[in-house]
Amino acid sequence: MIHVDNLTKFYDHFCAVDGISLDIHKGEILGLLGPNGAGKTTTLKMLTGYFRPCSGTIAVKDYNIVDHPLEIKQMIGYLPESSPFYKDLLVYDYLDYVARIRGVDPGERHTRIRYLAELCGLKPVLHKAVGELSKGLNQRVGLAHAMMRDPEILILDEPTQGLDPNQIVEIRNIIRRIGEEKTVIFSTHILSEAEATCDRIVIVNRGKIVADGKTEELKQSAAEGSSIEISLANASFEDVRERLEPIEGVDSIEKMEPAEEGCLTVKLACGAEMDKRAEIYRQIKATDWILLGMQQQKQTLETIFRDLTRQINKET
Amino acid sequence: MRQFPYILQKELKDYFATPIAYIVITIFLVITGWFFFSTFFLYNQANLRNYFSLLPLIFSFVIPAVTMRLLAEELSRGSYELLLTMPVTFSDIIIGKFLAGLAMTAAMLAPTLAYPITVSFLGQLDWGPVLGGYLGALLLGGAFSGIGLFASSLTHNQIVAFIVGAAICLCLTLVNKMLFFFPESILNVVQYLGADYHFSNISKGIIDSRDLVYFLSLIAVSLYGTYLVLLQKD
Repeated sequence: MIHVDNLTKFYDHFCAVDGISLDIHKGEILGLLGPNGAGKTTTLKMLTGYFRPCSGTIAVKDYNIVDHPLEIKQMIGYLPESSPFYKDLLVYDYLDYVARIRGVDPGERHTRIRYLAELCGLKPVLHKAVGELSKGLNQRVGLAHAMMRDPEILILDEPTQGLDPNQIVEIRNIIRRIGEEKTVIFSTHILSEAEATCDRIVIVNRGKIVADGKTEELKQSAAEGSSIEISLANASFEDVRERLEPIEGVDSIEKMEPAEEGCLTVKLACGAEMDKRAEIYRQIKATDWILLGMQQQKQTLETIFRDLTRQINKET
Repeated sequence: MRQFPYILQKELKDYFATPIAYIVITIFLVITGWFFFSTFFLYNQANLRNYFSLLPLIFSFVIPAVTMRLLAEELSRGSYELLLTMPVTFSDIIIGKFLAGLAMTAAMLAPTLAYPITVSFLGQLDWGPVLGGYLGALLLGGAFSGIGLFASSLTHNQIVAFIVGAAICLCLTLVNKMLFFFPESILNVVQYLGADYHFSNISKGIIDSRDLVYFLSLIAVSLYGTYLVLLQKD
């Protein structure tokens, strides 16, 4: 459905998106995940045709975005990050304006607006000025705007940002309902949201894709690892490494920020097959180190996300 | 290129659903009415020459004030992004907004038709220059709307858009009055560039193709300039 190849975007000399390639299939709900400034929004803006890519191609169906921007824009409904609407217009007038520009038949315009108002819970505020609405209602106007002509592809930039928990659940439900037949691409930096809503998760960091897979697969691979954090006193990192690294199942050992003053905190990455805590304790008991704390963390999507995005940030 | 009527419609709704249009029209009428009628009875002549001679100067301030929000507001609010992600072309946006500026000019001029009607009761009014004057005023308004739109595309800040637009319009209006500063060799060219010069020709009731070409090309150049600016934005 959407084919993105080697997409790159520079802002002056800053590379915001660095060679992203993606194939998005029909009916997929794809979550674009990443820390702030990772290039999510820029990628989405290029998909909608608002930004021109510096290099690379975007094709939707058989249309190329450079040669047929109008055809592609007709297929895409877009909700931008901050829902910037014309504040002086009434909600109904605004949606009517969108309907006209989007080419909804004059006869159907009214029913379409009513339908969307119902779907997005805008009925009570149709005759209020857009500028008077709360953040949550504004976001719904944005959703109605995006869905005006029943687009085949919905692109939502942080759709749940600034909403209260009830509204978040509502919006997620709407997204999932739409996703049953449409292709939905949305960005978020909230992991649980992506986990709960998406079929597929793409994690970007510093303009590059660092992970891409079905939500289930990513969760599975996450479950295969765990880490153990140990705080010790009276020990040096070299000694600890020498002693603990040979333990079977410990993949790596890493020095962390000390948990409290004067102690040594290390993190051991382990496979999830066996609990290593007993063996580690036995090893420590044989020395004169003082064990201040030991904690096992099951690896979740969240830790994967943190590792993937943090490691690269550290390297540079 | 079919969407521009909707953009025009929306802009007009914005003008007339908010106090902008009414305030601007009122100010325009108060200024022109006062300048015109305060001397009208002294001259004791049944014509509108005085009114039309003031128009370029007044338009230089009023029209950029009307057009300053057209693009600058969208750019600063971010709604420009939404607009561009809908199936519209740059030409739709520019033509729709330009026509909105022109329509506002027409809405400002319409109530002033009361002046010639009043004057025609008081004496023998020659309607030729009056019609020419209104045609010229529309052309002038169109040209200044184009310039105002161009200024509005340059910046996120409406005040800056107003100042830039008014400065360009004022230069075009005043350049004729400053001809003595220029060397003789380029005098004709400079005079041809002045909006005031062409407007005063038309408002005498002489409709010359040179004046029409001047105003139409001014519109075309400013709209094309706007197009180039929008193309660069990214």
